[in-house]
Amino acid sequence: MSMQLPDHENTFQHKIDVEIKVEPKDWMPEAYRKTLVRQISQHAHSEIVGMLPEGNWISRAPSLKRKAILIAKVQDEAGHGLYLYSACETLGTTREETINDLHSAKAKYSSIFNYPTLTWADMGAVGWLVDGAAILNQVMLCRTSYGPYARAMVRICKEESFHQRQGFDILLTLSRGTAVQKEMCQDAINRWWWPSLMMFGPKDSESTNTDQSMKWKIKRKTNDELRQQFVDMCAEQVRILNMILPDKDLKWNATTQHYDFGEIEWNEFWNVVKGNGPCNKQRLEARRKAHEEGEWVREAAAAYAEKRKTKPQTPKGALAAA
Amino acid sequence: MNITIRKYYYGDIPDDNSGETANSSPEGGGREGAWPLWEVFIRSKQGLDHKHAGSLHAADARMAIENARDVYTRRNEGISIWVVESKYIHASSPDEAESFYEPAADKIYRHPTFYDLPDEVKHM
Repeated sequence: MSMQLPDHENTFQHKIDVEIKVEPKDWMPEAYRKTLVRQISQHAHSEIVGMLPEGNWISRAPSLKRKAILIAKVQDEAGHGLYLYSACETLGTTREETINDLHSAKAKYSSIFNYPTLTWADMGAVGWLVDGAAILNQVMLCRTSYGPYARAMVRICKEESFHQRQGFDILLTLSRGTAVQKEMCQDAINRWWWPSLMMFGPKDSESTNTDQSMKWKIKRKTNDELRQQFVDMCAEQVRILNMILPDKDLKWNATTQHYDFGEIEWNEFWNVVKGNGPCNKQRLEARRKAHEEGEWVREAAAAYAEKRKTKPQTPKGALAAA
Repeated sequence: MNITIRKYYYGDIPDDNSGETANSSPEGGGREGAWPLWEVFIRSKQGLDHKHAGSLHAADARMAIENARDVYTRRNEGISIWVVESKYIHASSPDEAESFYEPAADKIYRHPTFYDLPDEVKHM
């Protein structure tokens, strides 16, 4: 590439400041590109790995209705992964590279998916809490400065709202059931509550970096802002379930007009990020296995496409296609 | 022990020391054999244009259309799909955008609001 003028960076920041979206072919600082590649690919991997804890319950869903819903939800996650992988590709990375980085454990994904889904109630808790937390983040990202990422997010948010509602619906049904079902419901909430709070990341006060992501408007809210929003929402919603959130410090604060809540166990968070969570190994192995066992399908499709090149496939041209 | 906690948002875990540097060769590595990239255009209903929806990889056009149906029309978003291999898309250059679109900027007489007509003129 030719030498960049020093004011490129200023022009770029000015565009961001006046809310002009950045598109793939526009000039952008290398660090902006890198940050996006890292963030979007982690987000994509989270969607893909996120299919595993729920996939675990498809064959054991308690009714045909629940099963159909769960399949639809897991299929959505695959689609969301694809939207994000595509957005990532617009930044000049190849799909293989991105997927290989997941399989080699070089790339990360959201730690929440390294927790096991032990009972059917977990499908409810995952939908309500995990998707609920993800949605807050994703709604914010609909306004992110990089065009393809923002567009992927708009699409995802439209589809995601049913995920949270179906989760709450599962818990609501259990909460109105037998004593054992109620216990199951509370147990799932107990296990998923704290890891869900961790999804938003470390406290703002513990950040040592100046926040370039906020300046570039890749992110528009801090971890603590989003987390507080989440706590405020859930503290109210849990009452409808007649359940409690497992935090003795949780209480309404009339001064701040928010709920106060207890301290998060950060050692656990970093431990899971580093690969020592309950399911880290299992998740990656499942991804690698799926990729390896799909090898013959990819080869067959390529061979078939090669063979078909000799024959016309679809009506040619826009007019015929229209 | 001195632990530096870096800022982490959902979907934004910092790469550790092993990350980020290796393996970003421009050729991407092992590109041959990979399915090509396709751009997907969807008509949401009769009477409307096809609109760019996104992109995906597929071995051939038929697979691209089927995959596009599965990822972009799960909620009745479309009744017609076009796909075109991304390499066939030619685009105007953002670097030249200013001069390229400049000729339109000073032709305000192309807009109906340019013409100041008396109020008595109806239906125009």
